[in-house]
Amino acid sequence: MADSSSLKTTPLTDWHRAHGARMVPFAGFEMPVQYRGVLAEHEAVRSRVGIFDITHMGEIAVTGPQAGAWLDGLVTNRVAVVAPGKVVYTAMCRPDGGVLDDMLIYRLGDEDWLVVCNASNHEKIAAWLVEHRPAQGVELEDLSDGIALIAVQGPDSPALMGRVGVLSDRTADMAALDFYTALTCDGPGGRWVVSRTGYTGEHGYEIYLPFADAVAVWEELIAEGKDLGVEPIGLGARDTLRFEVGYCLYGHELAEDISPLEAGIGWAVKLKKDAFTGRDALLAQKAAGIPRRLVGLALDERGIARPGAPVLHGDEQVGAVTSGTFSPSLKVALALALVRAPVDESDLSVEVRGKRLACHVVPFPFLPARTKGDPRAERNLPA
Amino acid sequence: MVPDDRMYTEDHEWVRVEEEDGEQIGMVGVTDFAAGELGDVVFVELPEIGSEYSQKDPVGTIESVKAVADLFLPVSGEVVAINDAVVESPELVNSDPLDEGWLFKIRLAEPGELETLLDAAAYGKLLGG
Repeated sequence: MADSSSLKTTPLTDWHRAHGARMVPFAGFEMPVQYRGVLAEHEAVRSRVGIFDITHMGEIAVTGPQAGAWLDGLVTNRVAVVAPGKVVYTAMCRPDGGVLDDMLIYRLGDEDWLVVCNASNHEKIAAWLVEHRPAQGVELEDLSDGIALIAVQGPDSPALMGRVGVLSDRTADMAALDFYTALTCDGPGGRWVVSRTGYTGEHGYEIYLPFADAVAVWEELIAEGKDLGVEPIGLGARDTLRFEVGYCLYGHELAEDISPLEAGIGWAVKLKKDAFTGRDALLAQKAAGIPRRLVGLALDERGIARPGAPVLHGDEQVGAVTSGTFSPSLKVALALALVRAPVDESDLSVEVRGKRLACHVVPFPFLPARTKGDPRAERNLPA
Repeated sequence: MVPDDRMYTEDHEWVRVEEEDGEQIGMVGVTDFAAGELGDVVFVELPEIGSEYSQKDPVGTIESVKAVADLFLPVSGEVVAINDAVVESPELVNSDPLDEGWLFKIRLAEPGELETLLDAAAYGKLLGG
């Protein structure tokens, strides 16, 4: 266990501590796992609006005349062809098709890109980029130690973002900001990037801003959102929120020994694209038959299947749970599991602490995302 | 808050013993500290009425959103009641762990085992109080 003194902090760490957050070590950072409680925070984001400090994410600037073409050769999705202002979700793979990380890539200008990777993979991805950088035409700069990241998520997030002073002269641009697009603007401490992105399945935004601006904006969001019921949200609810809408979490649904095709993010793998690292392996895997598939499971008996719990078909182990929890919105125990394909859906169970609990396959996302369209679209949740 | 009307275990459970019809009946629950550490409790699995166990036997589980914890029997005995309310509404463990959120009752087989448990002062000390 890391000694807390060796953990990195964010500009908001003192605020979290002062406001009753339970702090935990996470990917080398000391981060808030909860404030009021996971269930209450989850509900706040689903029904109102919540703000998250996710400064632990890594941000690496990739610039230069060759930046787009080079990045395109390293990732599974198409990034070189998108217009400035677009954001792309993609995997970055090893030559064997295993996933190094999943990430967002922002095209901020013609030759200006921002790679946003998971904190747990930050060092690995930074090293991978340096190692594969061409001799000319691409500059890399790791900005992570100076960029704070605040997510504003929930059906009331448009209203709350409309009250942020720095964005007050960008009302029309904010209203026109589509899902997976971004704008830049000038804050007191330097450039901000604001995007319609998130990890909750709700209408939401992410604000990349200089460290110097973080506390003021965070407190502005808390103060201005009081009548909207805004509250700070910890990593605990961030996980249950992403789980319900079926978003992958690296280290669970994605890993170096899991291919993006197995993990169900084939939509972000453009096999028709010219060469990219891992393409040959993924083409071969697709031709031979994808060996495992990510499935949603609902438990028929009381209990929660945690990550690593074996999935059995009859007496034979056919897979393992990658994420599992009680779904706060649906009020049932659910799991995501990586299971041998083709999946025989009969006679399935999960082994939880030595006991077999019957379960059955259910479609996932368990809950539809509301990232596009009506932020309050009806979902028919249990009372 | 560590009330002195009951005894505690190092696993952060409490047992409060009352005499009913000449028998020693212990009501068992988890402490404020345990409830806080677990976070939002979503399932409680309790032993069956009529089962007999020895001290420290695992007899059930408490599942929160993020974690699972075993329940151990603080003292040997037979399970004579379970709290149906807490099975239906597991959040009682968080909202009122020392009273409404009690878990089950046992008929003590070896009342002398109570002396192996922590009193309120000792438990408070365990918590660093």
